[in-house]
Amino acid sequence: MPSLGADMERGRIVRWRVKQGDAVHRGQVIVEIETDKGLIDVECFHEGKVLELLANEGAELAVGAVIARLDVAGPLPEGTHDARPLPRIGGAPTDIAEAPATPRLGSPSLGERSRAMGGDKEGAFPGDRILASPLAKRRAAELGVDLATVPAGHEGRIAAEDVERAARAPATTQPSTPPPPRDAKEAMRRAVAAAMARSKREIPHYYLWQAVDVTDALGWLVRHNEARPVTERVLFAAVLARAVARAAAAAPDLNGTYDEQGVHASAAVHLGFATAQRGGGLIAPAILDAHTLDIDAMMRAIGDLVQRVRSGGLRGREMSAGTITLTSLGDHGVDGLLPVIQWPQLAIVGAGRVAERPWMHGGAVTPRSVLTLSLAADHRTSDGHGGARFLQAVERHLLHPEAP
Amino acid sequence: MTALPALDGPTALELYREMLLIRRFEERCVELYGAGKIRGFLHLYDGEEAVAVGVLRALAHHDAVVATYREHGQALARGLPAGEVMAELFGKREGSSGGRGGSMHVFDAKRRFYGGNAIVGGGIPIAVGLALADKLLARPNVTVCFFGEGAVAEGEFHESLNLASLWRLPVVFVCENNLYAMGSALDVDEAETDVAAKARGYRMAAERVDGMDVVAVLAAARRAVEIARKGAPCLLEMRTYRFRAHSMFDSQGYRDKAEIERWRARDPLTALAHTGKAHGLLDDAALAAAEVAVQREVDDAVAFAERGTLEPPEHLTRHVTAPRDPGRRA
Amino acid sequence: MTVSYRECCKLALRQCLDQEPRAFLMGEDVAAYGGCYAVSKGLLDLYGPERIRDTPLSESAFVGVGIGAAMGGMRPIVEVMTCNFSLLALDQIINNAATLRHMSGGQLGAPVVIRMATGAGRQLAAQHSHSFEGWYAHIPGLRILAPATLEDARFMLPAALREQDPVMIFEHIFLYNQEGELDAKVTAVDLERAAVRRRGAHLSILTYGAGVQKSLTAAEALAAEGLDVEVIDLRVLRPLDDAALIDTVKRTHRVLVVDEGWRSGGLSAELVTRVCELCFDELDAPPARLCTAEVPIPYPKHLEDAALPQPATIAAAARRVCGRG
Repeated sequence: MPSLGADMERGRIVRWRVKQGDAVHRGQVIVEIETDKGLIDVECFHEGKVLELLANEGAELAVGAVIARLDVAGPLPEGTHDARPLPRIGGAPTDIAEAPATPRLGSPSLGERSRAMGGDKEGAFPGDRILASPLAKRRAAELGVDLATVPAGHEGRIAAEDVERAARAPATTQPSTPPPPRDAKEAMRRAVAAAMARSKREIPHYYLWQAVDVTDALGWLVRHNEARPVTERVLFAAVLARAVARAAAAAPDLNGTYDEQGVHASAAVHLGFATAQRGGGLIAPAILDAHTLDIDAMMRAIGDLVQRVRSGGLRGREMSAGTITLTSLGDHGVDGLLPVIQWPQLAIVGAGRVAERPWMHGGAVTPRSVLTLSLAADHRTSDGHGGARFLQAVERHLLHPEAP
Repeated sequence: MTALPALDGPTALELYREMLLIRRFEERCVELYGAGKIRGFLHLYDGEEAVAVGVLRALAHHDAVVATYREHGQALARGLPAGEVMAELFGKREGSSGGRGGSMHVFDAKRRFYGGNAIVGGGIPIAVGLALADKLLARPNVTVCFFGEGAVAEGEFHESLNLASLWRLPVVFVCENNLYAMGSALDVDEAETDVAAKARGYRMAAERVDGMDVVAVLAAARRAVEIARKGAPCLLEMRTYRFRAHSMFDSQGYRDKAEIERWRARDPLTALAHTGKAHGLLDDAALAAAEVAVQREVDDAVAFAERGTLEPPEHLTRHVTAPRDPGRRA
Repeated sequence: MTVSYRECCKLALRQCLDQEPRAFLMGEDVAAYGGCYAVSKGLLDLYGPERIRDTPLSESAFVGVGIGAAMGGMRPIVEVMTCNFSLLALDQIINNAATLRHMSGGQLGAPVVIRMATGAGRQLAAQHSHSFEGWYAHIPGLRILAPATLEDARFMLPAALREQDPVMIFEHIFLYNQEGELDAKVTAVDLERAAVRRRGAHLSILTYGAGVQKSLTAAEALAAEGLDVEVIDLRVLRPLDDAALIDTVKRTHRVLVVDEGWRSGGLSAELVTRVCELCFDELDAPPARLCTAEVPIPYPKHLEDAALPQPATIAAAARRVCGRG
């Protein structure tokens, strides 16, 4: 069961898209999994064949549980030929899928040895399994500490002391395991609560905002849409998304992630697009490689994403890959907003409504279409100066939506 | 057959009856092994009956006996009830060793019958130790130690003879030389095939005895026990023969049929019957009555073993060490 | 008054011979020579040749004679010069002493005490440096003792002599010269329990024999670094004191076994397995072992030292288990 978000603990198998014996390809959706955040398509990361499906549809499993076993085709990494027998047809499944991607030199760490001895069988993906001592697991259960939130200690293994330290730290203490959520709505609310609380707990936010005259951009959009059928018309949201994506591509301090392992600036922009779900709740799946899309491609991407948020069918990577997020509350009449960063991203851009305002333009006060853009950013990786430059870049791109 | 000094009619009949009991017991064992009632290794004594019967008749009840894995004969001659021995072979809790030992490990502490040792030569030091205890405790006991001529090649034989002689211990070593150590003839294994000569090398009295002649065996055993009782070890080499295979079945390719027939012609039972009748000590009616009585005894033994009970598996770990006082940890 | 481990062994023998008329000592050069390690020096004069008996170099015979004499009502103490030579008596120890009670359905016992020197560390090379106590601890029917302290050297033997089954006592050659004050309060010891030789909170070292002293030395060094190490002296290698294992692991949650035997298939494997079986959920780190390197013991001192667990290597192993390595 893959982890499809920082706070995901369990997932329910909704539908298998493959069966035993099927060939699978990298990127192919093999299973649909329901999480607190909705129905997510889980893709396969290997070329190969399905040896067996280990969880039935409807089954709810903890993150890290094995749901299927794959036989990974193709030549083995150099140096592992002798150690790993080739799978035999009809024979016992071989854990080829867990073969290290590169041959290891030198003596393995304890953690590696533990994995080599079968630890990985617990996890769908190598390295996902939480290594914790038996005592640490017991203490975690007693103290209600989620081992996933405990930084690993010696040799990559969580010891009881690590659990107790985590339990003592007031910010991360969960004094007891909360009762299971009453319904999907409450589950969603809890997931959002946990994510937002973590974000506000860990990320020192700073905020900037700026009013932008988008009259000309709207004019361009009207002309752009004039000759098109309704289905191909571009919405202002795409103009906004394109502008944020392009500005982010030139702002490494604001585009990326900051997690336990530190800062990871991202060259690509995977733009989280905050979207309301039916039945309540808000998620921000990512438009992958958003900085490469022109205005029409961006519109198609948004349409596809929104449709899939509503109907189910998001991919796991879309839930976890975001590097920056755009949230817009303009439809709800809000002038502007100071949003909360989606942990572990570095920044989020907020957009209020586009309103007709008296505005200085061409030396006179004239009615203009004005939008308040805001930025919440992580002060650990950027400061107000960089943030201001970024907002100006967004404005620049907003005003030239036609650029390819 | 040896002359019969001091042998009276009742003794002759008793010797015959004991040998016959062993013979019929072993024959029944073959049958029961085939029927699956007895399992494991089964080493039979028929042919050698005169040795056990003759030697053990020379012992007092307080003397000790150490035997080998071919020990049904010694057990019966020592007076262990045939039913208990058979029950042991059946693995029943009513057996001599509670069923834990089987054919190769028949024990009876009351009768000072110390097994039943299935390592060739392994019982010899034990016998010396029993004799040492008797000597140190000033008890007038003798220990008789049976072993085959195969054991003569073992270091334990030589170490033990040396020690027994060195410490002047009351042991009668009885080598049952049935010519084959499993399938190896003595001259294949030994540079010196005269076992008595080896014993003399350790400065102890030794003689070679016709092991097919129970009267000769008894006479030699009486001489040996007398020596031991005075505080010195000695050795008897019994020339004997087993009529059957080493264990239950073997192809016996190591000896020819003519040899077996020659030895069968010297059957100790036939020999005693013949001589006894010739000397007016035994008659056909007495022999026939013995046959009936022995058959009944063996039938009863089998019935006893059949009626016996199996030890419950919950008792599995008993008899490994003596029960301990539970308060001992405190 | 200081007393040596060797003298404690001798005092133990004297107590046995004084209090148990059926007891006698038997072995190679125990009488006139006084014992290879001088444990029985002077006893011949005190007790005479009937009770202090030199034997020929016939390990199988005299160990078997000890077993037979025990069956015959005596209380023999058999000294095998070293455990290396006990291999020549394996048949008697394992096929007879350990099995007689069982084979006879409980009718017989062999209450014999078999003492021998064990261990390496004196540059005696490969054939005189074995540690076979772990091997013997494999055998049902035997009780295996490893006295590591003066008190145990002094009082284990008299207790062993009261047992109804065979007992083997392994006296480590490294310990004979150890000297100290005998605790006057101790007048008897049990043959059941392991002993906590040092209390600690962070790690339990499970060891026995010469490993106890070495582990205590390591523990002192570690204490200066803030690592508080508990040292368990197993004392009885068969049957093992499971309750003591559980007790210490519950306190420290980390285990290091120090065993002068070889690692593969050895006593250390048994101990680690029991710890995992009995108190897996108490463990906070994988149990570790420090054993003798898997080579026949070399003659040169530096190589012999390198082959055996030493205070420095014990300390290093302890640090690793505690995540300080």
